Amino acid sequence: MTIKDIRDILGARFIYGEDHKDREVHAACGSDMMSDVLAFVKDSAVLLTGLCNPQVIRTAEMMDIICIVFVRGKMPDDNMIEMAREKGIALLSTGHRMFSACGMLYEKGLRGGSPYR
Amino acid sequence: MMNDKIKLCYDVPADDFTRAGEASSNVKSKLKMMGVNPEIIRKVAIAMYEGEINMVIHAFGGTIDVVITPDEIEMVLKDDGPGIENIELAMQAGYSTAPDNIRSLGFGAGMGLPNMKKYTDELNIDSTVGVGTTVTMKVKMNER
Repeated sequence: MTIKDIRDILGARFIYGEDHKDREVHAACGSDMMSDVLAFVKDSAVLLTGLCNPQVIRTAEMMDIICIVFVRGKMPDDNMIEMAREKGIALLSTGHRMFSACGMLYEKGLRGGSPYR
Repeated sequence: MMNDKIKLCYDVPADDFTRAGEASSNVKSKLKMMGVNPEIIRKVAIAMYEGEINMVIHAFGGTIDVVITPDEIEMVLKDDGPGIENIELAMQAGYSTAPDNIRSLGFGAGMGLPNMKKYTDELNIDSTVGVGTTVTMKVKMNER
């Protein structure tokens, strides 16, 4: 699945990073708790979150996450967009809620990795 | 690759949640430029970032010294904060003393120290209540 596929499935729109639309996403993580995200290591992952502050971008940067989807129509501010631009992280915003957004991507074959040990 | 010992020093400002993570971000960029294995970089970045966030949430900021050698990356995070009363308890996943406003910012789930342990090869916490905390973490360059 590519970032563009995620946009299409979620009816989302690019806030930043349309240039990255063809990058492949291999796994997903949905959480508002950044420490839970930091416990998850997968290459080329997408993060779905309802949290909207600069630490979301920082967390994604540390994890090498390539795309962040803000659910429930959340919109990052200019500072966050600039941080994402510096690190080359695509930003999407969708009106769907967390549960629905995760379910829609799961239905299309995206997975979250193995259970936490 | 590199043969020398490289030392990086950072000040972590107090009460500036927005900027928390800048030191970790800088170390990550530097390691990337040095051509360090991406898996090693990620372990260092995550562990240091959790520690940096802890310094902002629980202490009043502090300093981070990072020493990079061909064998390992050592991070020393030092603060003059309130100290950790019960380290064993603090190491338990899910145990947190962070205030509620921190949880609304996405942290305080009690995963900080467990994550730091998970991603490092060595973790040592030296803490005295009322004096401060020094956290030393090491990540080996060669993956086990």
